This record gives sequence, structure tokens and C-alpha cells, in this order.
Amino acid sequence: MKALPKHHASALAALAGSAFMAIAAGAAAPVSWPTLATPVTPERAPGADGFLQRWLLLEPIPANGLTDSAVQAIVKKEYFPNQFTVIPHDGDKVTLGNAELTWYAVDTRLYNVNLYHFAHALGKPTSNVLFWAITIVNCPREMPGVRLAIGSNAASVWWVNGKEVVGIYGDRQTVIDDGVSKRITLQKGPNVVRAAVVNGGGATDFCARFLDAGDKPIEGITTSLSEVRK
Amino acid sequence: MKYTLFATVLALAPIAFALDGQIGIHDPSTVVRCDGKYYTYGTGGSSLVSDDGWTWHPGTALPRRGLAPDVIHLGDRYCVYVAANIGAQPKAAINMIWSKTLSPSSPDYKWEEGGVVASSDGVEDSNAIDPGVFLDPTSGKLWLTYGSYFGYVRLVELDPKTGKRLDPNDQPRNLAINCEASDMIYHDGWYYLLATHGSCCRGADSGYNIRLGRSRKVTGPYLDAEGVDMIQGGGKLLIGSGGRVIGAGHFGLLDLGEGVQKFSMHWEADLDRGGASVLDIRPLLWKDGWPVAGENLEEGTYEIESVRTGTALELAVEGVPVGGPRQRGARGMFGGTGAPIPPQDAAQVSANWPAGNIDARMANYLCQAQQKWTIAPVPNAGGYPGSPYFKITIAGTDRALAATADAELVVLPAFTGEPEQLWRVDQLAGGSWRIMPKSVLNSKEPLALSAVGSSSATLSKFNPKSDRQCWLFKAP
Repeated sequence: MKALPKHHASALAALAGSAFMAIAAGAAAPVSWPTLATPVTPERAPGADGFLQRWLLLEPIPANGLTDSAVQAIVKKEYFPNQFTVIPHDGDKVTLGNAELTWYAVDTRLYNVNLYHFAHALGKPTSNVLFWAITIVNCPREMPGVRLAIGSNAASVWWVNGKEVVGIYGDRQTVIDDGVSKRITLQKGPNVVRAAVVNGGGATDFCARFLDAGDKPIEGITTSLSEVRK
Repeated sequence: MKYTLFATVLALAPIAFALDGQIGIHDPSTVVRCDGKYYTYGTGGSSLVSDDGWTWHPGTALPRRGLAPDVIHLGDRYCVYVAANIGAQPKAAINMIWSKTLSPSSPDYKWEEGGVVASSDGVEDSNAIDPGVFLDPTSGKLWLTYGSYFGYVRLVELDPKTGKRLDPNDQPRNLAINCEASDMIYHDGWYYLLATHGSCCRGADSGYNIRLGRSRKVTGPYLDAEGVDMIQGGGKLLIGSGGRVIGAGHFGLLDLGEGVQKFSMHWEADLDRGGASVLDIRPLLWKDGWPVAGENLEEGTYEIESVRTGTALELAVEGVPVGGPRQRGARGMFGGTGAPIPPQDAAQVSANWPAGNIDARMANYLCQAQQKWTIAPVPNAGGYPGSPYFKITIAGTDRALAATADAELVVLPAFTGEPEQLWRVDQLAGGSWRIMPKSVLNSKEPLALSAVGSSSATLSKFNPKSDRQCWLFKAP
């Protein structure tokens, strides 16, 4: 196990929870990002205005194309086993050809997740790439009639509990509530949100939140990166 | 009865944008609802009735015939005010009659006499015809305006409980000259006096046009937008002749609630109906404290743009740039191709579109085929005040916008006429449009096309305060 910086060690000692310890045991190498940090709590409430701020990100996969058809083909291709169902842990790896890609657990300080910063700090390409992102949204009760509202740079396709719910295409910048899904029901307990973000050139990032029937962010939910055990 | 001939002509005339059915009438009253139907009464005992405000047919004549009646629903009764000259003009009297219902098939259908509410003796400066009745929403008081070209349009107070003249001895107030067919409305702290100027009854030679002034008090003075008092002939134009209709007269407010207002009127001459005098219903818009006559949507091909987002409704298929994928030509990056590029037709690009149902979404408008919608009236599918139901299809195809059972949108491969594929389009007070499906399976509340996010649209309960449900129909 890699040594953690001293200030994290005391936080670790203060926290109980086997789920968290399981994450720490296989943790990815510490990386410094301007707006992302490694999570240190088992779950996290959404930020102001409801944005989901805790994600597992996979290092980028080469991919080319931003049109509707090109992006659908890119995201429907299976690059690694169980890619549409896996809920990995921080530090897990997948093999693509000759390359080994690592999953990183991140918290963003902002409303969006800056994938350019993410990849650049790891020395990975930021252009003509596909990023996979996953989070688990924990709901205190069943929530019908909610919508997933996303923005991305550039194109992206999103699934909730395995069902594709929204996609936006073309070379675009991240706009809050750009693509919004039809009404869906979040289950009581954990719900898996999975995204595939495809970038052409330049900046790349995404944002996501859930809206209620009045187009307001839903309250009472948390995000985590593995099943929350109460 | 003299309108029978007109009725035959109107039934044969193939026209989309006047009202439907038999709409011949002169000097129609305010349109009033009773038991879900719409009623209006005109000069000479004529009456029209409609189930939906779009298709009309002749109704039952009033027992008291006269000139230009008006009608109001007051408490448990309907009061009709109808004028008649006593001998020659300007000697006249306005009588009130009332009934608990306007529906002739109801056991409560029985007209009672309410007496004279206003009159003119043939010498005084007024001709007591063309009554307009107004219930002041701020005070609960009831008022009557009346008058024509002999002298003044006048105001008297009525009893809101009975509809009768409150005090027969009080002096009528003079409000306006050079007009008739007056009516009053209230909006946002102002009283508006609408009246018809110009000549009636000359077919296509009628100069009839509807004008107005406003006042902070119901008793006036009523000034137009230039500050000219209506008592000196002032009046801001609301609506005059245009297109295939000539001679606008006899304004009546039709308030549909939730900020959606229309007005009824007649045209002296509908050229498509041989110059007959017909009922019309138009949207009532508001701009800077003044009413403006709106338009009923005309069929055509449009960009449908959200006022909220500025993005356009489109079929969720991959777009192709107009003129095809961009080529680097001899004229450089900004020099164009050297020849006009024709508009993009669906036929050029739709071979790549999936068969079957496709989603609708919104996107930046780029004049592409999947973003152009043809709005066409659906014959024999009914309508609502002022307009028929429309189908909304991708231009050049039969792919039809429809509501789904869970109140979302889909574009079906072909129009089959189901209620979920029929669209009601109303102009809102600010000039943009509300778009609603005729019905949505599983939904009891009225739903409207709604922008949710910049790139997505749905159906949700109409909220008059939200610009998410305001749309523009723009030239494609």
C-alpha cells in the first residue's frame, strides 16, 4: 500500500467504515489536479445547485468523431469486459491493447469535472479521446418524475441504472442543463449513473445533476463510489 | 331568415383561417360560455353557438330582437342587453332580458324581461343603441356603455345583482364621439374603452375599424396613445382591414384564463365568403399597457424556436450542413462556392434517418431539414377559439410530432390523426405562442410544449409565468 500524506492519515484514523478502507487499500497513486482531489469521506452530498461532484474516472481511450452516429458507435463499442455494468474501485485497472488504464476516484471542487486537468496531470492525451465516468447516487426514497440534466465538452451519452437516458452530440462546450433526460424514477438506495464523454480538441469537461418536476435540483441525495453500507 | 343564404355559402367555402362552420353574423355580442358551449348573439335575432369556439352553427334566436346585443354571465343568470330604435333613430331604448341558462335544451331556459336600462329621446345627444356591459373586477360594480354616431357614447351604472339600471335618475356620462359598438375591459390598473369607428354595412366598402383609449377611472376620460381624448375623436387602432377581410367591428373580450385572452368581432366583408359579414376570434396581446390584435397561426413551414433557450425544435437525427459537408474550394475559407446554395430539403438528407419513431430535441438552428416543421390544419378534427387543430410534421415528410402517454415527445413515422398528434396553438399576451397537444393519454391536466434544458423539450403543465412554454414560429 502506498504511503498517504500525513494530513490524510489523521483523517483516515478518525473515520470508521469498511467501505472506505476497501477503497484506501487499492488506491491509485496520488496525483495533483487543480480542481480535483481524492475523496476522503464515504459519501458526499451534491454541491450547491445540486451538481454531482464525486466520480470514478477512467483514463482516456483514443476515439475519433463527434457526430451523432460517430459518438453512438464509439460509446457502444466494448473496450473492456463489463464496461456497461462495472462499478470499479479507485486504482482498478483495465487493459486496452498494450495500454493499462487506471480508474481514479475524484471529488471536484466545482460544479463540473475538468477532464482536461484530469488527463493532463496524468500525462495522458486530452484530444480525440473517450472518458468513462461513474458515480452512485443514493436516494432516501423512491423518486419518480426526475430528470438527469447534463452538460459536456464535447459529446456525451449517459445511462442511469443501465438505461441510456440522454445524449448530446457535436463539438460543444459544457452548458448547465444542456441535455435533459425524459422523466425517470430513481430507486430508493443506490442508483448507478454512467457517462461516456467524447472530446475532439481543446477543453473537455462535464457536469450533471438531477432535477425535480419543477426543474429544481432534487434534495436529500448523496454520491458515493461503492454501495453505501449503512 | 336573411342569414340562411349566407350559411349555405359559408358551408361550401374551402378556407382554413376564418372560423369554421356557419359564421354569418352582424354585430356579434361578447362570446359567453354556458355549460361548456360558446354563444354569441347578433343584430336581428341571429345567434351562433359552438362546442369548441372553432366550428359554429346557428343557434336559437333571442325573444327580443334588435341591434347589436351584448351578454354577460352575472351570478346565476345571463343578462342580454338589446337595443331597438323607437321609430326613427336616434330615439331608442336598451332593454335587458335574462335567463338562468343560454342552453335551449335546459329546463331552466326561460327569458324574463329586465326592463329598460338606458334610452334616448330622439333629441338628446345620444342614440341609445349598441350596448356594452362591463363588470369591474376591482370594485364589483356593473356598467353599461352605449351609443352610436348621433352624439356621444355614454356610460351608466347597473346593479350587479340584477343587471338592471341602478339609478334611473343619474345622468349618463359622455365618454366618446364618432364611434359605436363600445365595450369596456380592465387590465393591470387601466380601464380601456374600445369602440368601432368608420362605416358599417357597405360590404367591402365598409371603413369599420376598432379603436380604443384608456383611463385610470371607469368614468374616464379615455385618452388614446397620443393623449387625444376619445370625446374629441381620439382612438388608438386595435384592428382594421387586412388580407381577405374588410371592416372590423364590435369588439368583445373572450378571456380563456391563465393569461390567454382573445377577442371576438365581426368583419363586414369576408371576401372568401362572397363578402358576407362573419364572426372572427383573434388573440389579444398586450404591449406597454396597450392591447394589440394578434394573429391566428397560418399554415406554413417554420422554425419552432424556444423563447427561453433560443434553440429550435428538431428531429433527433444527425444533421448535414446546408450545401453538404464543407469543402475547401478555390475561393478560400471564407469565399463561398461562387453560386447560390439551395435550401436543404428533407429528400436530400432523410435517406439516413431511421425508420420508425424518433425523439425530438432542441439544437442551434442551422436551417437544416430536420429542423423545419410544416404546420397544417387538420380538417374535421375540431379546434378551439380562433383556430383548428394542426398537425406538425417535418417539412417534406409525413413524420409527425406527437405526445407520448408519459407526457414526453416523439416524432412518429406518419400522421394518423390521433388526438396525441393534434396540436393547439394559441398566441400569448406577449406575442409568442403556446403549443399544446389535444390530449395526452393518462393525463388529466392540460400540458404544453416546454423547453427543459437547452437541448431538450417535454410536455408539462402550463405555467403562464414561465417562458419555457413560449415559442416562436420563425421563417425557416
